[in-house]
Amino acid sequence: MDPYFPQAFVSSTQNTFETMLKIKLQPGKPQQKAGSFPSYDISGIIGLSGDAIGSVSLSFPKSVALNAVAALLGTEVKTITAEVVDAVGELTNIVAGSAKVLLVPLRLSISLPSVVVGVNHQLAASQGVETVVVPFVSDLGHLALEISLKA
Amino acid sequence: MKTLLVDDSATMRRIERNILESLKIMDIEEAVDGADAFEKISSGNYDLVLLDWNMPKMDGFSFLKTVRAMDKFKSIKIIMVTSESEKTRILDAIKAGANHYIVKPFTAEILMAKLRELKMEV
Repeated sequence: MDPYFPQAFVSSTQNTFETMLKIKLQPGKPQQKAGSFPSYDISGIIGLSGDAIGSVSLSFPKSVALNAVAALLGTEVKTITAEVVDAVGELTNIVAGSAKVLLVPLRLSISLPSVVVGVNHQLAASQGVETVVVPFVSDLGHLALEISLKA
Repeated sequence: MKTLLVDDSATMRRIERNILESLKIMDIEEAVDGADAFEKISSGNYDLVLLDWNMPKMDGFSFLKTVRAMDKFKSIKIIMVTSESEKTRILDAIKAGANHYIVKPFTAEILMAKLRELKMEV
């Protein structure tokens, strides 16, 4: 995968969290995803199509998702509710939408977000599509971005 | 001032509401898509619409064109608030009659600045 592709999503994720949550995200080293590791509690997933196909997902442990949504909405959040699910989907939507403009040559279209909720779930990499995992650290805790893209 | 928030995301409507209420703009209603929004403005006297683009049933651009084609709604200020950030989209929306365009992600300060420019503050 062209390293510019995941970098566009990393930049848009950082910009989204800094702008709307006032939280700085520090990205770790991107890694090729092998098998289905790592695991999360809630993930927003958006499909990508156009001159490249694939998906992008934003994944959180439960506590970090609750912290993120609390920062986004300015209200305490104690459990994963429909409101939290919607917020994770919307964050993923904004990340994908703002990465799209950095990837104009790919003429990407993005799908509506899906949100997966399940303790310690894993996102399986698609066969034949390279997947890069980018971990982030922040005051909210750890979260991860997974970019699967075939150009 | 009466405001209609149009977005299929409850999260985004909540964020927008929080910002407006912090400005003491309290008369706020919500719509979940363009069709819902059109039904509401047809029966209410709104001054301001914050409008997403990508929504089911009727998207924001279709709502914008429909509303701007009708004289009775010409005084309503419409601010697009959307993740659509390509220049062609922005130009299309302005040509179709949007008063302003905000690209997500956005800060409260950006929305406040647009409202000031439209003299929409309380």
